[in-house]
Amino acid sequence: MIEITKDKIEVAKLIAAVSDEGAGATDVFVGTTRNKTSDKPVVKLDFEAYEPMAIKELQKIVNRAKSQWPILKYAISHRVGVVEIGEEAVVIAVSTPHRKAAFESCKFIIDELKKTVPIWKKEIFEDGDVWVAAHP
Amino acid sequence: MTEIQIKVVAFGIARDIIGGRGVDLNLASGSTVAQAMNLLKDRYPAFEQLASLQLAINEEYVPSDREILAGDELVLIPPVSGG
Repeated sequence: MIEITKDKIEVAKLIAAVSDEGAGATDVFVGTTRNKTSDKPVVKLDFEAYEPMAIKELQKIVNRAKSQWPILKYAISHRVGVVEIGEEAVVIAVSTPHRKAAFESCKFIIDELKKTVPIWKKEIFEDGDVWVAAHP
Repeated sequence: MTEIQIKVVAFGIARDIIGGRGVDLNLASGSTVAQAMNLLKDRYPAFEQLASLQLAINEEYVPSDREILAGDELVLIPPVSGG
């Protein structure tokens, strides 16, 4: 399951979605919005996605992960729109027969997501905002 | 030389730079992605300041030597920052 959503992510729903009788491990990555960036207070974040391409790129990452690890089930949910501090911005759940593959594949998916998936994050401060990573 | 008109759609900071969701671009037919990018960078010098700028066509990243065809919709992909 891969989704881009405006709604709050329910972590338990993703864990349930990857439940599998063959699974010996489920690994879950939860990315939450932090209240500061290099000591500057962040009020909230605003995410934007080029949705159809984001889904396609996420699917490609999953396919690459599946060719490296015996993934039984996976679930990925990424928020768009305003995300308040402390809320989940992204959740990735993976189930595999043994824990090593679960840890490694989950890490691979979030690391690759940050490189190629067309989703953008704007940090909103008291006195302005900035698109994250836009400038070197 | 014949020209084609191409629709360019922008996201994130690229949208702020062009000042809207999209812009039309006139290109000499046979132009490549690299040539379209150069035109855009001439028109919007702020693109030069970005850490990276890629183009997607039909929801796929395209290489800079890809020829742009009539009817293509170009999507500007500034540095991604999901997660």
